[in-house]
Amino acid sequence: MIEGISIYHIITVSTLMFFIGAYGFMSRKNLITMLMAIELMLNAVNINFVAFNKYLHPENMQGHFYSLFIIAIAAAEAAVAIAIIINLYRNMHSIDVEDIDQMKY
Amino acid sequence: MGTTLFYILSAIILVFSVLTVTTKKILRAAVYLLFTLIATAGLYFMLNYNFLAAVQLTVYAGGIVVLIIFSILLTHQINLNLSKIRTSKAIVAAGSALLGAVLVLLTLNKYQFTASNEPAMDASVNSIGRQMLSYGDGGYILPFEVISVLLLAAMIGAIIIAKKDK
Repeated sequence: MIEGISIYHIITVSTLMFFIGAYGFMSRKNLITMLMAIELMLNAVNINFVAFNKYLHPENMQGHFYSLFIIAIAAAEAAVAIAIIINLYRNMHSIDVEDIDQMKY
Repeated sequence: MGTTLFYILSAIILVFSVLTVTTKKILRAAVYLLFTLIATAGLYFMLNYNFLAAVQLTVYAGGIVVLIIFSILLTHQINLNLSKIRTSKAIVAAGSALLGAVLVLLTLNKYQFTASNEPAMDASVNSIGRQMLSYGDGGYILPFEVISVLLLAAMIGAIIIAKKDK
């Protein structure tokens, strides 16, 4: 627990960070920047888990372990996503979502 | 001291998050994301979760950001400007994000969280490792094993997808 900082401060920061990520996901068109926005959102969720763990249930560590697993899954997700993006770039020479509409119709 | 540091870290997190999603240069977005992730690790250090902060630094700041920069270099010219987004689209996105943030913040601030005064559990690497690999009460051996299979599957999948067809 941080001296003089309540849980409301931390969840305010993480909420704002999450919705900044959501804004990025909605407004960006480039696949890599969208991936970065997703990483921001995952990170905000991690902060939430850790804060709830530390402030509300410090006697066990569920939030801590959830964050660890989320980090591992985020790494796997980023690796596969980047493989897909590189493959798309090789086939279509663009990674803008608006150019990638082969499966749309 | 702790309060000031917390405010500095949150300011870094928020400012660089905004820069990440608004900057025109894609490589700069990746570097701003790196700063955000490092500041988050600082927050974990302040909460006394040293192992989690170290994992955040190595996996996120060291791994994922390098992977992202790598993919930028493979798919772009470095100083390429991102195409401008339409103003109407930006306004809709900002409006819905703002609406969501206000809604969530109002709900959260109305809810009364009762901070627990129980002694914090030991967050040393030793106890984390024991809890992670225990199959008794409160152990995490099953998700740990599932994650290891998932990582293997992701690795093979990434290699197969990114491989050049001969």
